[in-house]
Amino acid sequence: MINKKFFFRGYRSILTHDSPAIALTCCFIAIGALFKNLGFNIQESIFSTMLTYALPGSLVMAESMLIGASLFNIFLAVWFVNARLYPMTVSLFPLMMHKSQPKWKYYFSCHFIAVSAWLIMRSNYKQIPKKHRIDYWIGIGSATVSVSVLGTYIGFSFSDYFNKDMMIGLAILNPVYFLCMMVGASKTIQITLSVALGIILGPVIYLFSPEWSILLAGVIGGTIAYLVGEHSVS
Amino acid sequence: MSANIVYAILVTSLATFLSRFLGVVSSQGIKEKSKLFRWFNCLAYATLAALIARTIIFPAGVLVDSTYFSRLIVVLLSLFVFFISKKNYIYPTIFSAICMAIINNYI
Repeated sequence: MINKKFFFRGYRSILTHDSPAIALTCCFIAIGALFKNLGFNIQESIFSTMLTYALPGSLVMAESMLIGASLFNIFLAVWFVNARLYPMTVSLFPLMMHKSQPKWKYYFSCHFIAVSAWLIMRSNYKQIPKKHRIDYWIGIGSATVSVSVLGTYIGFSFSDYFNKDMMIGLAILNPVYFLCMMVGASKTIQITLSVALGIILGPVIYLFSPEWSILLAGVIGGTIAYLVGEHSVS
Repeated sequence: MSANIVYAILVTSLATFLSRFLGVVSSQGIKEKSKLFRWFNCLAYATLAALIARTIIFPAGVLVDSTYFSRLIVVLLSLFVFFISKKNYIYPTIFSAICMAIINNYI
């Protein structure tokens, strides 16, 4: 089963001085308030956060529901916006795979793939023995989901007290936090170039193809950064 | 719970889980030190950076009601705080929320 020592070590990782807990809670406070405005009840709001656990996907669902989109259209829109989770998973799970661990842990815990948990794991995995990284990861994921559910509850319960300026303040917090984490993680030429090209290409491609902009920017920017990095090493 | 909302939540969860699940399936044959892994690493960072830039420049949700100028100023000032605070993640994050709320109130 799950190694408790590494699970709780992962769970406590959100209590560190540079933890994403505050940013994550504030973002889900905004989501909770948005769900209430959309007509969700508290159970539906928490159900959504627990099952989806990806901010852009939840926002797309909310916007699609506002314009009365069909379920199929919601599925496609969310799939496009959350397709980034595929390269994120492939760039994380090989670091955690160990032959002694049962496969169900990997299929179950891939649900925790989201920017905050991914960035915490990327910056800490070297300190954890490979055999127990999956337990540590499940701890991180459980902690970030707990914080997200708490944020959703607070946002839903107190939405009447938030004015528009406060909501906008809460909404900018998440991209700023992630941007700082990405800049902080840019320690090699490949990652630095990947981040720089993604930042430039994302909005540029959006002008021509809003649906595909994130994926195309990721593939083009990431491939150029990879080739430049490999070339400079060789 | 209303049926429509529950179906929308389930469909959203399924669409989100699909990419994660396919990622785990693909991960099984990839070695940690292989070129393919390094390439996916670059893709992941570039994709995340693109998402963040798009969220700031072409936002969804309540951020639509703020101006480009205010978002740009807040992001630049927050990065400045990030560097002068010796790359602490919390100070610029909290600063950004307060700064954005204040700027948006006056612009």
